[in-house]
Amino acid sequence: MSDSLKIENLHASVEGNEILKGLTLEIPKGEVHAIMGPNGSGKSTLSKVLAGNEEYDVSEGTVKMDGVDLLDLEVDERSREGFFLAFQYPHEIPGVSNANFLRAALQARLPKGEEIDAVAFYKTMYEKMDALQMDRKFTGRSVNDGFSGGEKKRNEILQMMMLEPKYAVLDETDSGLDIDALKIVAEGVNRMRGPERGFLVITHYQRLLDYIVPDVVHVMVDGQIVKSGGKELAHELEEKGYDWVTEELAVA
Amino acid sequence: MPTEELMAQETVAPWMAAPPVYDNESNLPDWYQKFREESWKRFVNTADPKRTDENWRFADLKKSKFSELLPAAQVEDEAALIDRSEKSRLTDCAAHYVFANNRLIDSDANGLPEGAICLPFGEAIEKHGDLVREHFMKEDRSLGGDKFAALHGSAALSGLFVYFPKGVVCEKPIQVHHYVGGNQQVIFPHTLVVAEDNAQVSVIDMFETIAEEEQTLVIGVVDLVAKNGANLQYVALQDESDHGARHVQINSTRAGRDARTKSAFINLGASWIRNESINRMLEEGADCQIFSANLANGVQEYDQRTLQTHEAQHTTSDLLFKNALYDEARTIFSGLIQVQPGAHHTDSFQTCRNMLGSDKAEANAMPGLEIDADQVKCSHGSTSGQISDEEIFYLQARGIPAEQARQMISLGFLNESISRLGGEELKEFLFRRVEKKFANLL
Ligand SMILES: Nc1ncnc2c1ncn2[C@@H]1O[C@H](COP(=O)(O)OP(=O)(O)O)[C@@H](O)[C@H]1O
Ligand SMILES: [Mg+2]
Repeated sequence: MSDSLKIENLHASVEGNEILKGLTLEIPKGEVHAIMGPNGSGKSTLSKVLAGNEEYDVSEGTVKMDGVDLLDLEVDERSREGFFLAFQYPHEIPGVSNANFLRAALQARLPKGEEIDAVAFYKTMYEKMDALQMDRKFTGRSVNDGFSGGEKKRNEILQMMMLEPKYAVLDETDSGLDIDALKIVAEGVNRMRGPERGFLVITHYQRLLDYIVPDVVHVMVDGQIVKSGGKELAHELEEKGYDWVTEELAVA
Repeated sequence: MPTEELMAQETVAPWMAAPPVYDNESNLPDWYQKFREESWKRFVNTADPKRTDENWRFADLKKSKFSELLPAAQVEDEAALIDRSEKSRLTDCAAHYVFANNRLIDSDANGLPEGAICLPFGEAIEKHGDLVREHFMKEDRSLGGDKFAALHGSAALSGLFVYFPKGVVCEKPIQVHHYVGGNQQVIFPHTLVVAEDNAQVSVIDMFETIAEEEQTLVIGVVDLVAKNGANLQYVALQDESDHGARHVQINSTRAGRDARTKSAFINLGASWIRNESINRMLEEGADCQIFSANLANGVQEYDQRTLQTHEAQHTTSDLLFKNALYDEARTIFSGLIQVQPGAHHTDSFQTCRNMLGSDKAEANAMPGLEIDADQVKCSHGSTSGQISDEEIFYLQARGIPAEQARQMISLGFLNESISRLGGEELKEFLFRRVEKKFANLL
């Protein structure tokens, strides 16, 4: 069994409309893949289906994470098994502090009866926050409550750094970030790259991929992967636009 | 007028035959004796709450009726209660008092700042009668609980008198435990806090029952007086037994020029509670904030009525009440903002939010607004809803099981109003108490 996040022939719909129409994609552990695609092509839907959002009905297909059938697991089980999604629109949780939230997430990964070491927890969290240039006051603030767009995205990356997943999907983490913040976030992601982890970076723009350089780029149109290539594909798309792919498809 | 009294006797079910005074030995001043007698008459002559009374709308009136009440008897094992109070004592409090069935059983006032007076009520009446008299139960308006207030006035000699003279500042809270026990027994804690000009004081009253499953009653009245530039915080944490315990608390707050007050009701226990809170902003710059966090489950009924009244220009107030309801619990919130004639340039806000954790839970909200001035910024609103699936999904996506996610979100929901109070340890303490009740819900 090869270590990968393997999606095969995935069909998913919401309110009777099919959004994912037989999507196939494999991200071997250790690689960074990017998905680019026009708005509405189903990129966020894919990410949420992988995370287990019950709004979407999966009618066909399989998702295996290192051989484990992801679709059989509850949302929280998928996370504890090593799946992570950095949301395009992270939710606000009033009254729950960032620190308590992260602590609960880590605590959920420990065997029953084992308690998190609070001192070590804060030390690690502060290190990661420093790396992301996040002010420490964010530990006491409610999760995403009143955060700017950029702050929310950094907070997603902080969570990823704390939870150390096997596979992480980043859904338009670049949107809402200015160039400096983008570099900081990319740096955080790059530091986590390695043979023990796989990434799927979803983006609308090629800009992010200058900083998180992907091994493979996929183009998604209308619920399917229509083209895959190396990192140069991102530049080609940026120059020629998504119409180029659709036209090329029509010709073929 | 004998006929009138006779009629009253006939229409009002006598809850008790005589004023429930437990301690007649103190050397009470005449004015206070007289006050008690008048209060007793008022109690006898005031009708029980009626369904037609707007102030009791939505209330289950059976719960506010009493057939028999006994003045609370001395507790047998006081040492055990003192021990128990130590376990829920703030590490950083200025003073700590323990009352059991009206009687002071323990105190430690070593952390009080110089000049501050902090005395059990009976002693305060003897030693500082004039000060007490000036501020004790001066509020004429009632939000419906006047019969309870009258009974309280006929009997109260329990609780604490706190007086901070000009400029005396203490950030650490004064903590007071009130225990009640014994079937049909009633206690009358009175808390009177006066902060003179530019003084700062914080008080937390904690109400608990000695045993489970006893028919106890607390009738408490709280007078809060913040003079010019004073900063006054008051918290009532009610965590009595869910079975049998009933609790009435009537707060009156007066804020002078540039005074700031924060008062909060945290309700976790009791089978029925009634909270009333009258907040008067008397002079320019006065600011009253009122908070509540209530976690109701089973068949608990929490009934809260508030008034924010702006009586001068440039006054502000903000109210945030939060209810989390489970099972067949009921809550009632009725809040009125009044901007009196001429109280221009006031800002007044009022929000009641209900989180329904069950289909059978019932949250009633009656916000109200009466504006008689110009240049006024007011808003009031109430919302009821369930925890959103998206919120749960977000927490779950980080590995937190759904049930725990629900609990964290509800706790966070209540914590939003607790977090508006001052004092880190105090907030953490209240938060832990709410968390503890949540843990028992599951
Ligand atoms: N929860 C939903 N309810 C209804 N329609 C949805 C929902 N989620 C996605 N869609 C629809 O599915 C399509 C793909 O959306 P999305 O996955 O967000 O695309 P992308 O992320 O590529 O922009 C869009 O047409 C969108 O309107
Ligand atoms: Mg999207």
